[in-house]
Amino acid sequence: MAARTAPMEQPAAPVVEMHGITVEYAGVRVLDSADLVLRPGEVHALMGENGAGKSTLIGALTGTVPIVAGRILVDGVPLTPTGVARSRAEGIATVFQESHLSPHLSVAENIMIGHEVRGRFGIRWARCRERAAAALATLGIEDVDLRTPLEALSPATKQLVAVARAIVLEPRVLVLDEPTSSLDEAEAAQLLGVVRRLRDQGVAILFVSHFLEQVFEVSNRMTVLRDGRVVAEYCTAEVERAELISKMIGEDIDALQALHSQRLSHHYAGSSQVALRATSIGRHGTLEPTDVDLVRGEVVGFAGLRGSGRTELARLMSGVERADRGELWLDGSRVQLRGPAAALRHRIAVSSENLRNEGIVAGLTVRENIVLALQALRGWTRPLSRAEQEAVVDTYLDALRLSHEDLDRPAGELSGGTQQKVMLARLLATRPHVLILDEPTRGIDIAAKLDIQRRVAKLAGEGVAVVFISSQLDEVVRLSDRIVVLKDREKIGELSNGPGVTVDTIVEMIAAELDGPAAGDAD
Amino acid sequence: MREITRHALFWPVAALIALLVANTVYRPDFLAVTVLDGHLFGAPIDILRNAAPLMLVALGMTLVIATRGIDLSVGAVVAISGALSLSFIATSPDPGSVSTVLLAIAIALGVSLVLGVWNGFLVSVVGIQPIIATLILMTAGRGIAMLITEGQITTVTSAPFKTLGSGFWLGLPVATLVAGGVFLLVALLTRRTALGMLVESVGINPAASRLAGVKARTIVWTVFALSGLFSGLAGLILASNVMAADANNAGLFIELDAILAVVIGGTSLQGGKFSLSGTLVGVLIITTLTLTVTIVGISPLVTPLFKALVVIAVTLLQSPRIRETFAARARQRAARPEEVAA
Repeated sequence: MAARTAPMEQPAAPVVEMHGITVEYAGVRVLDSADLVLRPGEVHALMGENGAGKSTLIGALTGTVPIVAGRILVDGVPLTPTGVARSRAEGIATVFQESHLSPHLSVAENIMIGHEVRGRFGIRWARCRERAAAALATLGIEDVDLRTPLEALSPATKQLVAVARAIVLEPRVLVLDEPTSSLDEAEAAQLLGVVRRLRDQGVAILFVSHFLEQVFEVSNRMTVLRDGRVVAEYCTAEVERAELISKMIGEDIDALQALHSQRLSHHYAGSSQVALRATSIGRHGTLEPTDVDLVRGEVVGFAGLRGSGRTELARLMSGVERADRGELWLDGSRVQLRGPAAALRHRIAVSSENLRNEGIVAGLTVRENIVLALQALRGWTRPLSRAEQEAVVDTYLDALRLSHEDLDRPAGELSGGTQQKVMLARLLATRPHVLILDEPTRGIDIAAKLDIQRRVAKLAGEGVAVVFISSQLDEVVRLSDRIVVLKDREKIGELSNGPGVTVDTIVEMIAAELDGPAAGDAD
Repeated sequence: MREITRHALFWPVAALIALLVANTVYRPDFLAVTVLDGHLFGAPIDILRNAAPLMLVALGMTLVIATRGIDLSVGAVVAISGALSLSFIATSPDPGSVSTVLLAIAIALGVSLVLGVWNGFLVSVVGIQPIIATLILMTAGRGIAMLITEGQITTVTSAPFKTLGSGFWLGLPVATLVAGGVFLLVALLTRRTALGMLVESVGINPAASRLAGVKARTIVWTVFALSGLFSGLAGLILASNVMAADANNAGLFIELDAILAVVIGGTSLQGGKFSLSGTLVGVLIITTLTLTVTIVGISPLVTPLFKALVVIAVTLLQSPRIRETFAARARQRAARPEEVAA
């Protein structure tokens, strides 16, 4: 599988140069003077955790996101003003995720829509189908009926249709954003083969994937983004996995160190009162069968990069998604969770990593958001009286440093940090025995982070079994008594936290390439 | 908070007042209410009585729309309810007795509730889009009503039943009192229990509500059931008005008027926050408009056009974008003299 063109030795002239790209949303700088250079015949990987600015940078390149400062050169000529049509005219094409295609349109229509072949009497469908077939043939698929509706195809073929849609324009630059996220291993390998073939044809490829191994397999260079800045650029052949991961997740922040030592001294002595036990729980295409015990009074961290299965495990354990294998045991007896409502009745509360879509109900007030879960638990016929509401809200008002004036404002108007606190208050109001928090500190400032972390530590002290998930491994290490490490939709190990365990320990486990678990299970 | 509510209802209320003023200009005694035989008479009382069926339908529609749904079948349910009750009374041995009438009402309301439950089942359990799910009953319902009346327009004489649509109690039309009572009941049901909040929560963000443990299925099912029940009650009032079961024309296009009333009242078709008092104002605007057309002497044939114009005006005035444009204009105008001065 060695590249015939040996692109690393003699870098060709760049097709695209992005210099000092800065993007702001509502005054918030989401991309800060980022640089990116794409060369023909190279696969360039864009790395970074959620919110690092990858999508924004891609948006700036393809013209969907307006830039505040910086310039984009194509063949040394400035690309202005930006716009989707302009980028496309310059030969920059994007492979959408298959979810962005139209399921009810045919394969040919999905490939050709937006750039149909037109004649005197409108669209010439015969020619369209010819071109679609040719594009699919370049990708090595010839057995797909162009008239089948897209929804009838397998995820892998759909993704290949998305690629065909991009290459039918014969682009010089191809952007692939998470092209393998819905594919299984064999299908992903097929797609990576296509990527290599296009690279060898001289296309400059920008590749984004959360799957580390795929990135290492297919890319020539990589650019690492964190918090909207480019923090490193590497030749793939020369970079250590551990170095890459630590660049992606960032260094420790001194202000948070204090809590660490506090947690270490608290470190749970190991009662065996298991609150929630998952045995071989899993779901096809989502998570390999996994065993996890959640113990009362213990914080368990789920560590891993995004897409590693950490969120999926949390959702399977809390009934948000139905597991198709394995069992859940609550306080020693088997339970079937038919959904989040059932989980809440069993005193299992869960938050989603997606605060905006699955957390806050933006149009309801802060007060309503806080009492929502408790009210749902009681049923609509037994409303919380105003006094009861006040009591619930007041309990968390001080603890979460919310102000009284905020209570009657729509929750959507609040800052991300305050919304996270409101979410936490909503969950705590149900007095959970098991609390599963997915990214409760994402996108919020240090002070709010500290608040939430202290709160989590306190809850564990009160006997709640807590799951803490965060992209920031330093947080996980600081808070957790035990750390479950996941990679590529599989649990690869479990660590008992202690003075010897650092971010590096986990990074090394994740980075250990296909050698199996780097550390044995704790028990 | 209260000020915002007032603000949201400002334009609809202004439109209603404008309509009333226009009518008074055209016919100075328009707002006059006289007492005749111990009953109140006059155009305002007519408006209140005529508004009753639409009010009932629109109440259910408000709740359905708040959950991001829509119920197109209300007109068909009106027809079925009317047909059922009148056919039952017509075939009973004693059409004039109170017990017969009560039984007829119970049967009609029971069936309407079942029809609402059926809609709710299709939407919340089977997962059919509300517009399609209720379209089924909208089309089939007229056929069912036809079947009940056997294609005839059944005319009935029954004094107790007639009271529902044309009677008076304490000087006020019975229909108005019924609709008012249901309005209060729904207001209490949604604002004194947690139903209102959960309905809004499901309408604003179904995914987040599910994770918070809200049983969206039950909520959606409940609002469709209520919509069916209220439509049935509206059907009874309409049938009692004319004392004839017309399967084809009873409640024809009432779904459109109800949706209009809800939208005029400020409840978004995208679901979420709803306003029952807004719907009330919307219903009064539409009913007044219908009466205006008669009073002014415009042919009833062009009533829809007239309605459309008013609706366009009110919805435009409520649209945030239009308001912003107006506000920006006003600011510009205010800013200009200063520029000159400087």
